[in-house]
Amino acid sequence: MRQPLDVVIVGAGVVGAACAYYASRSGLSVAVVDRGSVAGGTTGAGEGNLLVSDKLPGPELELALLSASLWRELSEELSSDIEYEIKGGLVVAASEESLTTLSTTAATQRGAGVEAYHVTSDRLRDAEPHLAPHLAGGCHYPQDAQVQPALAAAELLREAGRSGARLCPGEEVVGILRHRDGAVRGVRTARSELRAPVVVNAAGTWGGDLAAMAGVDLPVLPRRGFVLVTEPLPRLIRHKVYAAEYVSDVSSGSAALQTSPVVEGTPSGPVLIGASRERVGFDRTLSVPAIARLAAQAAALFPVLADVRVMRAYHGFRPYLPDHLPAIGPDPRVPGLFHACGHEGAGIGLAPATGLLIADAIAGRQPVLDPGPFAPDRFDTTCHVT
Amino acid sequence: MRRTHARTPAELVAARPEPEFQLTFDGRPIRGLPGQSIAATLWSAGILTWRTTRVHGRPRGAFCGIGACYDCLATVNGRPNQRACLLPARPGDAITTQEGDGYAALDR
Repeated sequence: MRQPLDVVIVGAGVVGAACAYYASRSGLSVAVVDRGSVAGGTTGAGEGNLLVSDKLPGPELELALLSASLWRELSEELSSDIEYEIKGGLVVAASEESLTTLSTTAATQRGAGVEAYHVTSDRLRDAEPHLAPHLAGGCHYPQDAQVQPALAAAELLREAGRSGARLCPGEEVVGILRHRDGAVRGVRTARSELRAPVVVNAAGTWGGDLAAMAGVDLPVLPRRGFVLVTEPLPRLIRHKVYAAEYVSDVSSGSAALQTSPVVEGTPSGPVLIGASRERVGFDRTLSVPAIARLAAQAAALFPVLADVRVMRAYHGFRPYLPDHLPAIGPDPRVPGLFHACGHEGAGIGLAPATGLLIADAIAGRQPVLDPGPFAPDRFDTTCHVT
Repeated sequence: MRRTHARTPAELVAARPEPEFQLTFDGRPIRGLPGQSIAATLWSAGILTWRTTRVHGRPRGAFCGIGACYDCLATVNGRPNQRACLLPARPGDAITTQEGDGYAALDR
């Protein structure tokens, strides 16, 4: 006879995996269910960025800083390699105007605990020898790091499995089971029922659909992004290098196509080029304008890339919530339902802190940081009851 | 019945190709026929490997021969990562052994 479950986590991406890791580590009996495979959605389409540099002081930055220290711990605790690398970020400004904005941003970030060092124009190429000449300057963020996202999700789940967590891939949740009083009592899948007093919505970009199954509104929308992969190259690019304009693109609410270059090398040789953002639903069509702009911007930043070929492009759908903050914590509208989704393009980076907050909330422990700004019902206009 | 002595593919199909031309592999002249792929000219010259792998420096040549496996990459006229099995040979082409990613020159 199997032990009765305490928690069913819907979604085997990196966020669901981190929830499973921290929940099972605190002694809870956990099952993770996903209609696809581990890291088969947005996690598998990401670059594995663990960035503090692109976040302004506020709740998301606090979450990112906590996550940064948790990823460092995890890279030592997990028994297999997740390609964790503290390579640092280098944000570059092309004009004096954008350098001024970047320097102001960096100053406020420093006040919030971010390490940020000004890099003068003449020193930029010491940090990145192949950068274009005549850039105005930049900022070095040594805390920026990365992991291989699919590996990270898989290793978190493997470790959770060692603490007894069950993994049910290829099993689609088709309904949320409720008690007569409305509290959740598990999920119905296409094959079976998984009964537990707690259900965690870690369905990422599809988190709105799962919330709807429980009868609540959570306005998660897909925000499409393309990544270009070049042919393998020598290690030409050392940091995560991106243009100062990236920060404003990330925080923009526009549906139109935005591109700002994010360029980095990989251990196996190919250079990855992001980042585009557009709200076009779940359209999987290759967008030539988007990838052409990415390629041109990357070559402007690194002229050495101009004659290098792109082998392929792939896309993913970031789970976007209107205020760019994730939904983390219990849903007051449905007892037993917890949300851990809507991390947009920062889900890999924010996963461990999210998992820790969820595990603490389920166990009734004091949260390590204020979860108020991530309240899942903050978009609900129907319940402004005083 | 007439006996045939077909030994080469060209003889088997009674091909009458245009005149052959010269190209080079690592500076040494080899011969090509119009319509041949780079890999075919290399094989005809008895050359089976023209690339070394990125990590262990192991020799590679044509494997699938139909453009799918990317094992036959070569540097042709200075451009690395050309699939020798798909690229038509042209007079004067300079094929060079591709070492690793073929882009060592960029890292200077």
